[in-house]
Amino acid sequence: MTTGFMLLGIAVMSGVTWAIRMIPLAVVRKKFKNRYFLSLLYYLPYGVLSAMIFPAVFSSCGSIPASSAGAGVALILSFFRAKLIVVAAAAVITAWMVGMMIG
Amino acid sequence: MKGTGDPPPKRTAREETKMDKQKKALSFRDGIRDALPICLGYLSVSFAFGMIASDRGMPAWIAALFAVTCVSGTGQFVGLNLLADSAPLFEMFCTLAVINARYLLMSVSLSQKLPEKTNLWQRLVIAYGNTDEIFALASTSSAALTFPYMLGMILISVLGWTAGTVFGEAAGGVIPSSVVSAVNIALYAMYIALIVPDARRSLPVTAVVLFAAALSCLLTFLPPDSLGSGWVIIIAGLAASAFGAALFPRGAGEEEEP
Repeated sequence: MTTGFMLLGIAVMSGVTWAIRMIPLAVVRKKFKNRYFLSLLYYLPYGVLSAMIFPAVFSSCGSIPASSAGAGVALILSFFRAKLIVVAAAAVITAWMVGMMIG
Repeated sequence: MKGTGDPPPKRTAREETKMDKQKKALSFRDGIRDALPICLGYLSVSFAFGMIASDRGMPAWIAALFAVTCVSGTGQFVGLNLLADSAPLFEMFCTLAVINARYLLMSVSLSQKLPEKTNLWQRLVIAYGNTDEIFALASTSSAALTFPYMLGMILISVLGWTAGTVFGEAAGGVIPSSVVSAVNIALYAMYIALIVPDARRSLPVTAVVLFAAALSCLLTFLPPDSLGSGWVIIIAGLAASAFGAALFPRGAGEEEEP
């Protein structure tokens, strides 16, 4: 890995990432009117986030029992509307403790 | 003593923002405040990235440059491997495009939340910071988005993301690996905290979340194995939203649920 190669690769990878995020925002200037499409866009964040969480969260810490314990704590706390930072911290601490216990 | 009543209950920053939406527009400071959990979550995830980058022989300044230009966790972790394997640039281009294709959906969705008067350069800046987490916060905000608000969220998040990368490079050996691996769950926990309260009060949202989770698990564990996680997220997320829109179309005047 020479410095030049790394810089070139980073330019390509960061460039394509930005382009993907940029094109829809630059092109779509109007509010959509179609009811079905609006509904789809409303549900999209929930669908995409859910697909990102499951099943990846269960192996996120390497160990499946530790990750599952952390995920369970996060689900319960967020069901009772705990703050984001509380949910995140509790999940990390739980996953860490279970990971240490199992070894 | 009627009339004076009890003092108003203490509110969180996000709730306050929602309450005040009629009074004043979301400011730069609101953005900083609301995205603070993102900043902290990013510190820990990018810390892991910094450690791995250092392990692969990438100097700290290059890792920081990668972090500040790309701002994409999955993209950077995969990118690091591609760089370490001296992969062709075209492969880097295609891999990152597939991994990050979900941002096409997120940016289309975000375009509908932005005020129509948002100009092109503002859109270019917002696009730079349209990460999963900022998108999640912005798209679940019930108040109207503003450019200063988005800028505040983006700046504080990128600060955490880049600082964590540098700390990870510097302090790689100091933090026990058990802690570093546990910290990987932080951002997932944040996604959970973003969608579960909305799912709790809305049956359609619950249905979409369960549909997406089930399909995502199916696509991940069933053959073919070649379907990358980028595609799984796109297919499952899109199918679940289409399912929700077909079964529970939303009324014309309906904004966010109260």
